[in-house]
Parts: sequence; structure tokens; C-alpha cells
Amino acid sequence: MAIGIHDFALPNVVHGKTSIFSPDATPAHSIFSLSMLVLAITLSIFLVVGGLLLYAIIRYRERLSDPDAAYEPAQIYGSNQIELSWTVIPILIVVMLFLATARVIYSTEHAPKPPSALDVTVIGHQFWWEFRYPKLGITTANELHILVSDPRHPTPTYLTMSSADTNHSFWVPRLAGKMDVIPNRINVMWVDPTTAGLYLGQCAQYCGTQHAKMLLRVYADTPAEFVTWVAHQRQPAAQDSSVAEGRTVFEHNACISCHTIAGTVATGRFGPNLTHVASRSTIASGSAPNTAANIRTFVDNPAHFKPGALMPPMHLNDHDLAAVTAYLTTLK
Amino acid sequence: MATQTPVPAVLDQTTSTACRPMWLEVLHDWVTTVDHKKIGLMYIGYALLFLVVAGFEALLIRIQLAIPNNTFVSPQVFNRLFTMHGSTMIFFVAMPVLFGFGNYLIPLMIGARDMAFPRLNAFSFWVSAFGGLLLYFSYFGGSGLYGAGSAPDVGWWAYAPLTAKAFSPGHSTDYWTLAILLSGVGTIGTALNIVTTVICMRCPGMKLSRMPLLVWIYLVMSLMAFVTISPLTAAQIMLMLDRYLGSHLFDTQAGGSAVLWMHFFWIFGHPEVYILILPAFAFANEIIPVFSRKAIFGYPAMVAATVGIGFVSLSVWAHHMFTVGMGAGANTFFVFSSMTIAVPTGIKIFNWLATIWGGKIRFTTSMMFAIGFLFQFLIAGLTGIMLAVAPFDWQLGNSYFVVAHFHYVIVGGILFMLFSAFYYWYPKMTGRMLSEKLGKWHFWLFLIGFHLTFDIMHIPGILGMPRRIYTYEADRGWMIWNLLVSSGAMIQTVGVLLFVYNLVRSYFKGAVAGADPWDGWTLEWSTTSPPPSYNFAVIPSVGSRRPLWDLKHPEDPDNNYE
Repeated sequence: MAIGIHDFALPNVVHGKTSIFSPDATPAHSIFSLSMLVLAITLSIFLVVGGLLLYAIIRYRERLSDPDAAYEPAQIYGSNQIELSWTVIPILIVVMLFLATARVIYSTEHAPKPPSALDVTVIGHQFWWEFRYPKLGITTANELHILVSDPRHPTPTYLTMSSADTNHSFWVPRLAGKMDVIPNRINVMWVDPTTAGLYLGQCAQYCGTQHAKMLLRVYADTPAEFVTWVAHQRQPAAQDSSVAEGRTVFEHNACISCHTIAGTVATGRFGPNLTHVASRSTIASGSAPNTAANIRTFVDNPAHFKPGALMPPMHLNDHDLAAVTAYLTTLK
Repeated sequence: MATQTPVPAVLDQTTSTACRPMWLEVLHDWVTTVDHKKIGLMYIGYALLFLVVAGFEALLIRIQLAIPNNTFVSPQVFNRLFTMHGSTMIFFVAMPVLFGFGNYLIPLMIGARDMAFPRLNAFSFWVSAFGGLLLYFSYFGGSGLYGAGSAPDVGWWAYAPLTAKAFSPGHSTDYWTLAILLSGVGTIGTALNIVTTVICMRCPGMKLSRMPLLVWIYLVMSLMAFVTISPLTAAQIMLMLDRYLGSHLFDTQAGGSAVLWMHFFWIFGHPEVYILILPAFAFANEIIPVFSRKAIFGYPAMVAATVGIGFVSLSVWAHHMFTVGMGAGANTFFVFSSMTIAVPTGIKIFNWLATIWGGKIRFTTSMMFAIGFLFQFLIAGLTGIMLAVAPFDWQLGNSYFVVAHFHYVIVGGILFMLFSAFYYWYPKMTGRMLSEKLGKWHFWLFLIGFHLTFDIMHIPGILGMPRRIYTYEADRGWMIWNLLVSSGAMIQTVGVLLFVYNLVRSYFKGAVAGADPWDGWTLEWSTTSPPPSYNFAVIPSVGSRRPLWDLKHPEDPDNNYE
């Protein structure tokens, strides 16, 4: 954890991986522009009022060298004109700010949905994300793949969100503001990333013990990448005879009560869908890189990465653990 | 007009009692007392005790967050720490300490001998105190049959359905519910008492328009408490029905509503913030004029602004819910109501500025804390405007920016003004002055620690760090800021310890204060320090807002100008 001077540099702040001042989609952009206006206004108010305060404190400090130090200063009880002026001016500022704000609220929340929009259903779970693509027949977890949106032919992604248990909040700062994910309620938000790449985020509403490790990865794919990804995800799980033993271990243990692997007897819904788990870059909702060693550790003892995660330790012997790890790593 | 003047003389013939009382008698005296001053002091002492406890919890939180992937505490312990820190600071530090000062000062300032209902006053204190003990008893009894004990870990908002039996087994949430319920009963009792006292017990000549602004503000704050504590209490009872009698009001698994709880909580929670900050305004209204040697500027505007804040604050609660998907119409309404509050609040800041303008500022420790309050409250108000801009809040809400904002209000505003009030009224309460030398050390250390912690804390929020996470990824660029924030917390701790030392040391060794050490203008300075149990030997009568000014300047009394 070396601390370099560059950590303090402004570009680091502005271009952080999850900085709200580094927007890359329309909702985040319009918030950014509005926030610059708000910052300019509040900074001006601070400079004027703070400057007057500072001046008054220095100018009107008690000076014992004053010839009339013993006397009280002139008592002034008030002035209606002055009160009126510092009531009316703030009202005007408030009205202006309100109108600018209302415009962004309506343009974001009431944006017309183009027919080319991609639909994704987001379901928050303690402590992971489920993503379903109803029109594409795909279910995946924790790593969301969406389309880059070209402003000339916009392909925004509409996220229809609800929760399976407690409240969560979907927050990927460079794409959009957060939207809460609430049980018994459906919320909708949209994003349209303008450049391809990875956008990071995480759950922003306290949802229980492992709220901190409910991380989000959003991949904005080019159309070609996305088509390939979709075709791959629609395949049933890989059948590799060299890991048949691991598959048997998986199917004869409690794993199948919570996890689905398409094309097998595993149809559980409490935990993430593992059909293509090996195609993801992280496990345990972003807590650890997706390596064989980490999978083995996680299956053996989920609390190693996520104390409080709802998956119980599986108590497999070393042989079975190795077999099931080998099986999972083939689920590309 | 004839000028009526208060009678400062004390006709106390009982001061020279023969022997020191036994400790048991002292204890008996404090436990059974109905004297508003002793109850006020007990409120303050009890709040200071919990301030140290909840401050220690904050310190543990900051140690855990100083570096990424830290394992200083487990996630379970961390979640309990921030829940207990928040609940304690709001319900068992801020509320009691503010009620303590109110209890102590209001009868003295309006020339009364006690509160309207002395026994209700004692009851309110003890029931609140019991609430705090119940909250902490959860550490021993909170898990019920599931284990030895654990504090609640649902956050101080206790959002449904995290509080449902399914997600919160054991009894820790019940301890939280009952503790908040009891604290609410105490608050309602004291609020009722303050309203009645202010309406009925003012001394001759003290019209409403001559009341010290502190008393005005406590009146408004107490009226607000009636409106806001009731939904909180109702919500706690509904939660208990859910948990024990099978109702499903907030149980989303059975069709209940999570958002309903949010509305109930925040219709309490946001006015509550004003209930807490108004007494800080109250202290500023008394302290800034005395140390600027000028009458408060725009007394009627100050009263109007207070009442305005009281009303508008009841219509802003859902700005805590901009991200729950209320829809554009509701979001727009709450943007407008929240921004409106900036107007009366701005009036207050401008009036304080005008009070200082043209004065002769005395830089006592008390005044220095008050000046710190002015700057910090200005900044807190401006970040509040940012958060009232709903789209900005979609990004900043629930991030460390919000945590920095409300700590700026509560620490930079309320706590600074509270320290100011301690240095100002401690001589009245104990008869001894607090050490100014230690006070200056306290001020500068706390000021530096405060700014290091809470200025910097805005930045990780802008960089996307959500609140209530027990650890964070190393690659996000949040570490350096968190490290600075945590080091500031250490400096603040040293400042607070110096303050506590000053409180204890000055009680025994401080300079003797006399009745009126600050050359003050309100009635509490006309009686001895500490005041006799009956406050005033003869009930004073007043002819203006500053009775002691009239007494000291008979050639130019205030009522010529009011």
C-alpha cells in the first residue's frame, strides 16, 4: 500500500474507476452537467458569505488599544429592507436551481424508450446480483453484459429491477445515478454507455452482513462482442467427460438445491446460475478473481472471501473438492 | 415608558449548612430530584457518557476503514458498530444533551422557578435514560436463545425488511425498537413540559415578543417533536406487531411494503435533524450577540425564520428517498420543498453576520467555537443544497458524501455550538470558569481534526464509495482519503479528551465565576452561579428582550427600540 504523491493529484480524483465526475453514459452525463452548475452556484455563495464573515471577524475584533474600549458598540436592532433583500435573493437562486433540476429529473425519468432498447431484469439477492435477459433466454450473475450505445442509433439498456429479499441499490457511478432495488416493487432505470469496456459499481443500500462485497461489473460490449457473448450464453453447459466425477459430486450434493446448471439436474434458484460460471472473470460477486484456487477455497469455505455469505461450507473431502473445482472451471 | 428591572439580589439564608452530606444522601437527592437544573445536568452528564461510548464506536469504525481489506473487526461487528454509533448519537447523545441545556436554561431565562411539570420532567429523563441502557443491554441479551448477545445490526434507519424475523432473528432488533420507543416517550414528555412552561410560566413583562430567542427556538423545536415522534413511535409498534403478532405491514415476503417504513421513518427522521440543529441555532442566538457586544440583528426575522423552518421541515422527508423510484412528480416536489428550507436558514446566517458586523468581538473559547459553527454550518448548508438536487443525489445519496454532509451538520454545526454552550454556561452551572487555556487547545485540535476528517470524507463519496461497507477494494483509489479521514478522527479524540479533562478539572480548580462572568443580558445571569434551587428569590419582571442591558444601561434601555 505505497502512497505516492500522484494519489492526491486531481486527475486521479476525476478519472477514478467509479468517479461520478468521469461520466460515460447519458444519465451520468446530464447529472454531471447539472452538478457543475450546482457546484458553481454554491461555491459563489460560499465565497461571498464566507468572505463577508471572515472580513467581519477580522475587522470587528475587540481592540484593547481603542480609545473608547470601555464603551459598548452602537446597538443596531435590525432593518426590514436588508431582511427583505437577503430573503428575495436566495428565493431567486432557489427558483433557478429548482427549474434546472426539474429539467434533468424529467429528461432522465421520462426519456422515451427506443424500440432497439435491450431489456434486462435485475434481481438483488443477499449478497449477489441476478441478471435475466427475458427476450434472449439468458440468466447470469454479477457480471452484466450490455451494448455500447451509438448516439446515432441508440441502443440503451433498460434495467427492470426488484429484490428477492432485502433492499439493495444498483450503482455504477460512471453510467448513471443509483436506483434502489426493493422487494415487492419494480423500479426501472436505463443506461447507454458510449465506449466499450468495464464499468465498476456495487450495492449502495445496506442489505445485510455482506453488503460490502456485493460488487457489480458491467461490460459494455460492441455489437459484435455482444452477439458472440449472447450466442455463447444460450448454449447449455459444457459437457466435458474428463470432469464427469466432479459433475457427479456437484449433482449428488446440496449444490443443486441453490444453483442452476442448464442441461443438468441442477435447477436451484437461491444462488447464482453457474451454467457459464467459468466465462466470468470473478467469483462471489466480484470478491475474488475467477481462478481454480479461488473456486476451491470458496466452495470449501465461502466465509474465506465473504464472511456472512449465505452459502454454507460444503464440507467436501479433498478429493471431491478437487473434482468439483475441476468441473466448475470447465463451465466456460 | 417606565422601565421595569429584574431583582438580581438573592435572599438565600441557607448557604452555610453545617456539615457535608453523606454520599448516600447526595445520591438520594439526585435520584429523587425534580429540580429542573439537576435534571438538566443529569441529561447532560448522561449524554456525555454516551458521547464517549459512541465516539469510541466511531473510532473503531475508522480504524477498520483506514486501509482496504482490513480485518480489524468482522463484518458482523462492523455492522453493529455503525448501527449503535448512529442510534446512540442521535437518540442518546444529541437529544438528551439538547434537552439538558433546555431544561436548565429555559426556566432561568424566562424568570421561572421550575418547569411546569417537575415530576413529568424527572419521569421523562429516567425513561429516556432507561432506553439507552436497554439499547446497550442488547450486547448481553440481544440474541436471546440464539446466543449470548449481540447488538442490533440493522442500521439506525432499520429499513424493512431487514428488521423482519426472517432477516433479523433473535432479539437485538427488539432491543433497538424498545429503546427508541422509550426515548420517544421521554422526548414527548419533555417537549410537552417545555411548551407548557414557555406558554404559562413567563415572568411579568416577558411577552412572547420579549422572550430570549433560545426560548423561542426551544418552543418551536418542542412543537415539532409532537408531530415527528408520533410516526416514529407508531412505526416501532407496527414493527413489533410484525415481529410478534403476525401482521405483515413491512413484511415484503407476505405482501408488506418496504417503502412504507421509509416514509414513517423519514417523516420523523428529517424534521428530527431540524429538532437537533434548532437548539444549536438557539445557543448561537444567545452567545454571538454577547461576545459581539451587540443586540441580535433582526429578532422578528429570526423568530419568523425559526417558525418557517419548523413548518417547511415537515414537508421535506422524502428527499431521503430520491432513489426509491417515487417518480418524477414526487421527486420534483421534494426537491422544491427541500430547497425552500435554504431561505429561512440563509436568513439566520445573514442575521448572525449582521450581528457581528460593527460589534467588538471577544475571542473567548465559546465565541471561537461559535465562529467555527458559522463557517461549518454554511458549508453544510451548501452541500445540503447539492443533495437536494435530486439527480445529484442519485449519485451522492448513500455514498460517503452524504456521511460527510450530515456529520458536517451534526459535528461541525451542532457539536461545535454545544462546545460553545458548554464554555458559555458552565460557569453558571458550576460556579467555576472552564480553563480558557485548555479550551483554546481543545478548540484548535478539534477544529483541525474535524476538517481533516469531514472535509476529506466528501471525496471518497464522489469517487463512488458507498456508506456502511466494512471494507473496500484496494483498486478503487479510496485508500488515501480514508487514511486521512481516520487520522483526523484520532486528533478529534484527543480534543474531546482534553475537553472532558477541562470539565472535571475546572469543577475543582477553575476560577470562581461570579453571577455574570460574560457581562450577559438575559435573566440567568442575574442570579447566583450556580443558582439556588428556587432560581430567583424574587420573581423578576422585565421591560425588554435584554433585561440586564436595561439594568446596566439605564440611560439607553432596549425598550426604546423594540
